[in-house]
Amino acid sequence: MHEYLRKKWFYFLLLLLALVFPLFGPSRLIFTMLILSGIWSIATLGLNLILGYTGQASLAHGAFFGIGAYAVGIMTTRLGLSFWIALPLASFLCAAIGFLIGLPTLRTKGAYFAISTLAFGIIVFIIAGNWSDLTGGHMGLPAIPRPNPIPLPLAGEISFTSPAARYYLVLFFLLLTLWVMHRVVFSLQGYSFMAIRNNENLAEAVGINTFRNKLLSFMVANFFAGLAGGLYAMQLGALSPFITHHVLTFNLIIYLILGGVATLAGPIIGAITVPFIVDALFAIGPYRMVIFGVLLIVSIIYFPRGLMGGLTSLWNRTADYYRHRKDGVRHAAES
Amino acid sequence: MELFFQQTINGIMLGSTYVLVALGVTMIYGIMRLPSFAHGHFYMLGAYITFFLITLYNFSYWPALILSMVVLFFIGGLVERIVFRPLREQSQISNFIAAIGILLFIEHMVTVIWGPHSHRIPNPYPEHIYLFGASVSQQRLIVILAAVVLIALLQLFIKKTVIGFTMEATAQDREGAALVGINVNRVSSLTFSIACALAAAAASLVAPIFVIVPGMGSLLVMKAMVIFILGGLGSIPGAIIGGYILGLIEALGGGYISSEYKDVFAFGALILILAIKPTGIFGKGAA
Amino acid sequence: MLLKVEALSKHFGGLKAVDGVDFHVNQGEIVAIIGPNGSGKSTLFNLISGTLRPTTGKVLFQGDEITAHKPYRVAALGIKRTFQTTTLFDQLRVVDNLAIGRRVNTKTGFWDALFRTARWRRERDETVGKVLELSGIIGLGDKFFDFVTTLSQEAQKRLAIGIALASEPGLLLLDEPTAGINMEETAEIIELIRKVREAGTTICLIEHKMRMVMGLADRIIVLNYGRKIAEGTPQEISGNQVVIEAYLGGKSIA
Repeated sequence: MHEYLRKKWFYFLLLLLALVFPLFGPSRLIFTMLILSGIWSIATLGLNLILGYTGQASLAHGAFFGIGAYAVGIMTTRLGLSFWIALPLASFLCAAIGFLIGLPTLRTKGAYFAISTLAFGIIVFIIAGNWSDLTGGHMGLPAIPRPNPIPLPLAGEISFTSPAARYYLVLFFLLLTLWVMHRVVFSLQGYSFMAIRNNENLAEAVGINTFRNKLLSFMVANFFAGLAGGLYAMQLGALSPFITHHVLTFNLIIYLILGGVATLAGPIIGAITVPFIVDALFAIGPYRMVIFGVLLIVSIIYFPRGLMGGLTSLWNRTADYYRHRKDGVRHAAES
Repeated sequence: MELFFQQTINGIMLGSTYVLVALGVTMIYGIMRLPSFAHGHFYMLGAYITFFLITLYNFSYWPALILSMVVLFFIGGLVERIVFRPLREQSQISNFIAAIGILLFIEHMVTVIWGPHSHRIPNPYPEHIYLFGASVSQQRLIVILAAVVLIALLQLFIKKTVIGFTMEATAQDREGAALVGINVNRVSSLTFSIACALAAAAASLVAPIFVIVPGMGSLLVMKAMVIFILGGLGSIPGAIIGGYILGLIEALGGGYISSEYKDVFAFGALILILAIKPTGIFGKGAA
Repeated sequence: MLLKVEALSKHFGGLKAVDGVDFHVNQGEIVAIIGPNGSGKSTLFNLISGTLRPTTGKVLFQGDEITAHKPYRVAALGIKRTFQTTTLFDQLRVVDNLAIGRRVNTKTGFWDALFRTARWRRERDETVGKVLELSGIIGLGDKFFDFVTTLSQEAQKRLAIGIALASEPGLLLLDEPTAGINMEETAEIIELIRKVREAGTTICLIEHKMRMVMGLADRIIVLNYGRKIAEGTPQEISGNQVVIEAYLGGKSIA
């Protein structure tokens, strides 16, 4: 345990920081942004499993996020279900739809898979905008209730009307997602995913049922897209069809790639930094998205492996430098 | 019957623009293995430049269209040079991100300059003519004819010129082409340029019929992707046939079934067809 | 009889890449398949391993029909293969490559990984042990944690064989295991193949280098234009007039 803490102290420090953060009394805006970043992180971690670890570029991730959001919205408003039941149901619904959509689409590879999942995403967007009886159509779905308070034995109850409570709720689910991803990625199951990403033909030749594994990865990824979507519905309290639009998928991919694909920290770094950068650009006025476009191009050219990749190679170079310096000293001492 | 005829003309006209855009996407993929998600935005930019030349500098329609193609030709080459060439060895997903950067840049630049609301290019040929008892606007027929001319010119260029031949060779075998001394960079640049010029032509041709808005290219590029996937990655005949078929399905489906859900049929069909034939209708072999 | 191939054919349009080939491999043998370029050797491997579906004919392994099984099912039954161009998981390390090669022997799935079940623990420890031992056998013990792109050409070839061996297959199909490396390195690969056979694995290999096959194989099968034109011991093949004419244009072998 001592050894474990020594190696992972940095992560525990970050966790501690995240836990005590609300005590500093941040503004409502910062709270909202952090809650949303937490939600994007969960969705991006899901995308990371199918795209980063399994190598299948799903462009339906935003659509599944939207399905999760609408499922929670519809279940809590029209069916009167509690949020605590609606959220897991919505997540499992996304995994199930992922299974059904995966059956045809995962038979295709590369760009074919990307475009056929994109086609599914566009269909979801059209349905969300036009099936008014279910989704409220283009007018959107208003008045999604806050989660029921959780009663506490001594101290009354946790009510989710305060941003701090929602912050901790999202943080809890983010840690849960991270835990699942950590366990799955660093296991023999994770090896199967990475084998498919690296060389699907060889993976098949060594005996991995690539279709089944891709389907599994797709379902888990979509489960977390749905979970994040459900939390989004809870945070916003209202939905518009644009939450299923492929622009959301593109945003999640940007968080993933700029943060660092196929790492566990990368999606979270991307989902926190990119929205804050975009927000900071608001000060520049009408040209902000023009500049964001340029930033995106420049960073993908100069940091193709994202911030995590950039940091890792910087860390390795620094470590190398010091090792060489030490070696240099030893050589000097020996000679 | 009148409705059928009119919708067929509309379908072929829509299909003409789809073909011109899908041809660009197909050529870029063929040469550079790059799904060009920003292509709809080059299309949009082409329409705006035509609009700009006509309204601000009082160009007449055809010179504006041709100049717009020329401008997009250079912009396309420039974009290939400064964005995609440095990313040549990177994964498709990195190129995808760069394409998103480009489309954000173009869309918001246009919004800043011309505003988010729609504009209209004055219709140069507003008269209608009567064909088989249905009235058809001249501009629609011009779109159809001009597209046919452009497609034919492109085919001639690829099949009959040395540069066209080197493009085809590069599309078939990039490494091999480099080995026999073809300048792959130049071919890529040229391909991107031609693809963008075609998109500008398509947009400028239909702009007098519809309105122009900064977001006009985003759904179009998705349809071009569908065509290019169904046609089989990088197959030019596939893109031509696929483009016309999609235009007809949309116009007839929209006219007879349901206009809200017409795209659902198109995109749903894509998923089903790929489920049966994972490499597209005209595709051969694995991806 | 471990592997039995009966009247196996594969036609691509009008081209008969493999045309009615019969052969078998006995337990413990090294069988070599030789033939000029385009004689259908690799196609034959692809048919056995399930990468291609045969037009007609049968493949039997340990008496059970495995014709047109998917590649992963063929591998799960105990037939492992390598590819003509060295094929590895090149984003990963040596240890990862070997562990993935052994994945077919383990059943750890999503829930096992999530809850770290007894099976997860047992299979993880077992995989680490076996893979460590195997890395020694293929001579990569000191490169256990190295990324495969840092390995030499010849080490990569040994690793490719290691990936196939990791699941302790009943039959190993090697597609030109020494293509593109020099004489000295070839000798090391041959040494490895012998060692593998002595450990009890049956081997069927495609080869170009005549000299190597002559000293290594128990039996040789010669293909030409998709048809089997001869079969026998190395001595019989090197004296076979049909083979000499078809394969070497009249020059004597070895």
